[in-house]
Amino acid sequence: MSITEYFDLLFTDYTLRTISLGTAVLGIICGMLGSFAVLRKQSLLGDAISHAALPGIAVAFLITGAKDTNILLLGALVSGLIGAFWIRGMISKTHLKSDTALGLILSLFFGFGMMLLTYIQKQPNANQAGLDKYLFGQAATLVESDVRLMVIVTGIALLVVLLFWKEFKLLLFDQDYTKTLGFNTKFIDILITFFIVLAIVIGLQTVGVVLMSAMLLAPAAAARQWTNTLATMVFLAALIGGFSGVFGTAISATQNNLSTGPVIVLVASFFVVVSFVFSPTRGLLFKQIRLLKNRRDLQLKKTLQFMYGIAQTHENIDHPHTIRILNNFQGFTKKSLRKMEENQWILLNKQQWSLTSKGFAEAQNLFNQQTQHE
Amino acid sequence: MTQKIAIQVDDLTVAYNYKPVLWDIDLVIPQGVLMAIVGPNGAGKSTLIKAILGIIDPIAGSVAIYGEPYKKQRKLVAYVPQKGSVDWDFPTTALDVVMMGTYGSLGWIKRPGQKQKKAALEALEKVDMLSFKSRQISQLSGGQQQRIFLARALVQNASIYFMDEPFQGVDASTEIAIINILKELRKAGKTVVVVHHDLQTVPEYFDWVTFLNVKKIATGPVKDIFNDDNLTKTYGINYKVAVNK
Repeated sequence: MSITEYFDLLFTDYTLRTISLGTAVLGIICGMLGSFAVLRKQSLLGDAISHAALPGIAVAFLITGAKDTNILLLGALVSGLIGAFWIRGMISKTHLKSDTALGLILSLFFGFGMMLLTYIQKQPNANQAGLDKYLFGQAATLVESDVRLMVIVTGIALLVVLLFWKEFKLLLFDQDYTKTLGFNTKFIDILITFFIVLAIVIGLQTVGVVLMSAMLLAPAAAARQWTNTLATMVFLAALIGGFSGVFGTAISATQNNLSTGPVIVLVASFFVVVSFVFSPTRGLLFKQIRLLKNRRDLQLKKTLQFMYGIAQTHENIDHPHTIRILNNFQGFTKKSLRKMEENQWILLNKQQWSLTSKGFAEAQNLFNQQTQHE
Repeated sequence: MTQKIAIQVDDLTVAYNYKPVLWDIDLVIPQGVLMAIVGPNGAGKSTLIKAILGIIDPIAGSVAIYGEPYKKQRKLVAYVPQKGSVDWDFPTTALDVVMMGTYGSLGWIKRPGQKQKKAALEALEKVDMLSFKSRQISQLSGGQQQRIFLARALVQNASIYFMDEPFQGVDASTEIAIINILKELRKAGKTVVVVHHDLQTVPEYFDWVTFLNVKKIATGPVKDIFNDDNLTKTYGINYKVAVNK
């Protein structure tokens, strides 16, 4: 199947449509809420929470003995929340730094979850197979009811974000100040954390415990490169997340044996790389180009200033001087002299140069221009 | 003295772990003064402000703003945190940060509108930053960032202003601009409390001073108590500064 065939099938094939819709919605909610996690410098919180959700899935299965997705995800939600608030408590009540708390909870819960999973697999029960799909996710198992749940959760999350937009922004930027204005920062904090946990939990079936944090971080990190306002960043992150979901599904559906979750994550990571290199303001490429251009401009202007100093020793500013006289000055090459002639700052005549009136005026204002530019 | 009392602190004690950061602070700040809190590093200057503002829970003691608990008087108080306490790479503009000053009066959920925007623009004008209103905040200099923070507090239109080291890392022109605004606030009958580091400028900038080093050493008018004796008690060494030049 080729990519175009996939997009044809998208509108006719029920299963493919369900899965694509699911991964798109997942990308949207993760991008949106991931922006908040990234801006709060809690990038790794998502990783810890998703790993912390694993024992919840296992325990839910052990209690009910059934593989109903909703019940398993409810278990994941509970243990994810326990993990998240345990981390919060550890950071505020002990001397531990947040990375230590995150690492501790991540390995503790994940270890416990893995232990339960191996225990379940040894059980003489035909029903147990397939729980390990929550480790790496399996988009193919998405059915309509799963997607409906995802859409509802995403809708609620969107509503909450719109409703508490002002409060979220304030808390993200300046928590202490938020408190002095009379807002209950604990409530806002818990609200954000709760929805991040929710987003992670509904992604477990598709992307899995191990890669889930990338779904939160990658779209947000990519979006940050393109904009300087929070609203645009959140919107872009949701867009990039949604696209990653659809394209990831498309790629994995058209290639045999490519599992969807990792492909979605790779597509999102591709967006990150592109954004970090090619973003016009923050991207590495244009930054480097701007830097080189500025350097060249400054060098040119320094040369002009040097010439100005020489020209001033004469009554006529356009009196020609030999190029050799510039030799004790480092900042000129044949190329830069030609460039200066192009700018109509100087006239070149064989081995001689002379300042034009435009060049003279330019040199006079050089310092003022340079400082005003700041 | 018939001056009204703006802030009254009784028996305030704060500890982060085992060691007290503030010990049994009693403090009365009359309305309409421009007060500096001075003391060595770790003396609890910022902590005192944060405890008054309810950012930190004290172990003991109480704070009253015009005779009532802080929670009831929140709208009378504005806060300028240390510039370094936030991430200036946050994706937002100068105007947007100043608008945040209006959020408290708006309360939950309600969005800022034209009225709030107008107030924010006026505050930007006061700190001479109107032309930077659309500038991304990471592209502002340290002094400009401090002015933005001051504008955000001015928008709150409060009676009492708390500022945490507003002169740290700013250039001379910003420092003068800020102190002139603070003096204007005092003229308008507002009370301004500033955590301050530069002892040389205390007599010039402030009319009231509190010496703090975990305990309160002294508090009162600069002309009466800003002397070698109190400086020595606070800093532990004989800190020579010219009193009243």
